[in-house]
Amino acid sequence: MTADTKFTGQTFKSVGTRPLRPDGIDKVTGRARYGADIDLPGQLVGSILRSPHPHAAIRAINTSKAEALQGVKAVITAADLPDLTNGNKELFDILDNCMARTHVYYDGHAVAAVAAVDAVTARKALKLIKVDYEILPHVTDVDEAVAPGAPVLHKKCFTQGVEPKPKKPSNIARRSEFGHGDVDAGFAKADVIIERTFRTEQTHQGYIEPHACVASISPDGSGELWVCTQGHFVFRQHCAELLGMDVSKLRVTPTEIGGGFGGKTHVWAEPVALALSRKANRPVKLVMSRDEVFRASGPTSATSIDIRIGVTKKGRITAGDATLRYTSGPYVGMWAELGAMTSFACYDMKHVRTVGLEVLVNRPKTTAYRAPSAPMAAFAVESVIDELAGRIGMDPVDLRIRNAAKKGTRSSYGPVYGPIGIGPTLKAAKEHPHMSAPLGENQGRGMACGFWFNFGGQTCTDLNIAPDGTVSLTVGTIDVGGARASLALVAAEELGIPYDQVRTVVGDTSTLGYNDMTDGSRGTFSSSMATIMSARNAISILKERAAKMWDIPVEKVIWEDGCAKAVGKKHGNLAPLSLAEIAEAAPNTGGPIAGHNELVADGAGVSFATHICDVEVDPETGRTQVVRYTVIQDAGKAVHPTYVEGQYQGGAAQGIGWALNEEYVYGDDGRLQNAGFLDYRIPVCSDLPMIDTQILEIPNPNHPYGIRGVGETSIVPPLAAIGNAVSNAFGVRMTHVPMSAPRILAALDEAQAAASEDVETA
Amino acid sequence: MTNLVNTNINGDAVGFACEADETLLDALRNRVGLKGVKEGCGTGDCGACSVILDGTLVCSCLVLGMEVEGRTVETVEGLSNGAELHTLQSKFIEHAALQCGICTPGFLMAAKALLKNNPDPSEEEIRYALAGNLCRCTGYDKIVRAVQATAAELREA
Amino acid sequence: MAQHEVKLWSALRPFAQGESSVRIKARNIRELFARLEADYPGMVPLIRQGIAVSVDGTLYRDSWDTELPAGAEIFLLPRIQGG
Ligand code: FES
Ligand code: FES
Repeated sequence: MTADTKFTGQTFKSVGTRPLRPDGIDKVTGRARYGADIDLPGQLVGSILRSPHPHAAIRAINTSKAEALQGVKAVITAADLPDLTNGNKELFDILDNCMARTHVYYDGHAVAAVAAVDAVTARKALKLIKVDYEILPHVTDVDEAVAPGAPVLHKKCFTQGVEPKPKKPSNIARRSEFGHGDVDAGFAKADVIIERTFRTEQTHQGYIEPHACVASISPDGSGELWVCTQGHFVFRQHCAELLGMDVSKLRVTPTEIGGGFGGKTHVWAEPVALALSRKANRPVKLVMSRDEVFRASGPTSATSIDIRIGVTKKGRITAGDATLRYTSGPYVGMWAELGAMTSFACYDMKHVRTVGLEVLVNRPKTTAYRAPSAPMAAFAVESVIDELAGRIGMDPVDLRIRNAAKKGTRSSYGPVYGPIGIGPTLKAAKEHPHMSAPLGENQGRGMACGFWFNFGGQTCTDLNIAPDGTVSLTVGTIDVGGARASLALVAAEELGIPYDQVRTVVGDTSTLGYNDMTDGSRGTFSSSMATIMSARNAISILKERAAKMWDIPVEKVIWEDGCAKAVGKKHGNLAPLSLAEIAEAAPNTGGPIAGHNELVADGAGVSFATHICDVEVDPETGRTQVVRYTVIQDAGKAVHPTYVEGQYQGGAAQGIGWALNEEYVYGDDGRLQNAGFLDYRIPVCSDLPMIDTQILEIPNPNHPYGIRGVGETSIVPPLAAIGNAVSNAFGVRMTHVPMSAPRILAALDEAQAAASEDVETA
Repeated sequence: MTNLVNTNINGDAVGFACEADETLLDALRNRVGLKGVKEGCGTGDCGACSVILDGTLVCSCLVLGMEVEGRTVETVEGLSNGAELHTLQSKFIEHAALQCGICTPGFLMAAKALLKNNPDPSEEEIRYALAGNLCRCTGYDKIVRAVQATAAELREA
Repeated sequence: MAQHEVKLWSALRPFAQGESSVRIKARNIRELFARLEADYPGMVPLIRQGIAVSVDGTLYRDSWDTELPAGAEIFLLPRIQGG
């Protein structure tokens, strides 16, 4: 990065206001085009055949009957997507997941696909494909997968990160460790130690729009793809590599995206659609059904976490130790590693150790879900911290404040922190009126903290000045929730012009340079940085043009309030030139005016949040309702506060669903039992209260406007906040998420039984 | 077998061909070209495909195309009056009641059906009336507020 | 050119004889990786896969031009993913 991106403490005119978003009208009138809304002339309908078995070897696939069916234009199997990955393990896993090769590893794994003239014919054709499976023993549960004697998914999987290398293969693909100090010495200093095991079940990102794309490969080897994605450049890269195409010959156009939350960072059906189109020589549209989305696109990990924390009577944490087992589906990931890194990140600890184990199971390939892996680890840690506070008779907020990580603290994952904001969120929580509001019958209040890294990445933007002085801004990060409005605000701010004068669009892969995925809360953070730099680039050209128009030296021109102004004794009386005037003169002062920027937006800065939650539990049924909820989080600088609030609320709602209801349920046969919204129940409107938000603004020193990523952290605290609230209401400690009604009822019954036993023995 | 269906959609007489087992959702999207009607599940669980059929809110994925013969269908495309947005539409934008927007057409139709029957709903009534529509982005807070604001404005008008 | 103590997360330690840190002379991240590759060839595949560098608590994933000030705390970490 050559440009100076440090925060300078400037004040704002546009940034921080709440104008209407530019894509709003299209979205309320039904005009916005999402993945499934794109049609191409002559397109076929693609459909995928999926394994009904959780684990099997593929002996043979016979497609001849399907091929013979009238209206079928192409049938493909792994043979049509040959392995071009050249030893790149990560890419091979993506390929194998898109189309199974020698084995199927989960219920829903793709084994073949067809393209036909219509959906009915495609469905018929799928039924005519005969797959000869040799069924193998399977394992879906995280603890069972690591138990001795469990069926091993990959005979060549020897745990990485263990010295010496294990002699036997297992389902533990990788071990990672973080921490510092001497945990045994730390525990020796503790007055109270709590040790518990927690479990969390697998959840899905649950975006309402299923994966959809239209692929078209022409006989000359070039291709086009319209797709709902969080990263069209990354999709282009993966698809081109898997299909053996030149990257620049594949043009990927992102459609509007109906939610992603991490789940649309990965290719699932796109390489298949392209391969079908290549074989059929026609465009192919492929839209997943909801059932396929659940069975075959990426859920988060199921986990089992052992945790041990010690504390002195005075409330100083002396040591923490955690072992985290995270499922990653049939392919190794870094999910447990992320859990291990984030688990104790909120606290200042002298002695800490975390061990992450990546566990292979016969479930779909795990994919990122908003602050991936952090919510489960936070559930375990924040539950124990709360319990410790109770044991030493200290207020749980005070205990956290006492041990909060601050500038100079060595983080549990390694480095020493720069200026960070867990303290302010805790302090705000302590002072928040929610904290002291009265509670009703059967209600309890809980709070919890959360941490997430955030990052930036490769980014570029184009800012073009139209002949009338209006501005079109082209960005390469996907707008998942109002980013176009925020980026227009940033461009307007920097240029000193009204928001209305700027229009933001998301460019396709052929109109803009490479951009990383919109993940890691990076969309607004990094594209705003590139937008500021593009605008500054354009301003320097505008000043040159103004100098030419006035015929004065460019050093005598400044840019202020959207105008070029001449300064100095000699020229100070010249009337300012507006953006429109300079733009109009552009043909004769050097041609079109534009600003560009390409950068790596590093230094995103870590993010913290504190949540407060009140629940009401029905002691008869165990049904738990969140009755009040408050999110407190640092945004650095909220560009468009309404959409920052929206991110906080949305993340909290997803966390609430995870905490109370959502889970993948597998039968003994290894099949997913609840692949639909009826049985996989995400929160509905009547399940939730209003979600209050408090935005803190502690400027990020590594962004010119002080902006921080805000998208992810808000899903981290809810699991623990709700667990703690239930515990405070009834004195039961919930250790298994989701805390569904039956689980809460069982815990209540158990507590009651224990209490009556106590009475009898007394 | 393909059938011809004559119906009224958003005030216009419309005829479309459709298979006997084709859903109204598919017919509206693929035969009539009304792609504002969204599919989130195809099983009646998400509400993204909500339309108003003879004044009643329905999931168009649970209705057959042939069933709308001679009836009236309202979709999101018919909500605005030319360039003039329906109050619900402008309030949804003002209140940021949408992030990704895929659920928005369904919510607008559900809210319209609610306000027609109940011009002054309580927060709880709004929440229950919209409970058949899933939104994964917003946590519903701003959606409820947009509906409240619409109801207030329509009552004044 | 300043000599830095570069701290390693656990996955890198086996390639540095089990040490938790190594001493490297480098002006920026690019030089740091070049020296690491030369001195500890076992780390090459991991470096190629992507490693994040924390410089005084700020994480850098791609900006190899980032300078390493004398006395800065330098910590190597896995390259994380987001949602
Ligand atoms: S698509 Fe009709 S309810 Fe989901
Ligand atoms: S705004 Fe995305 S699902 Fe509602």
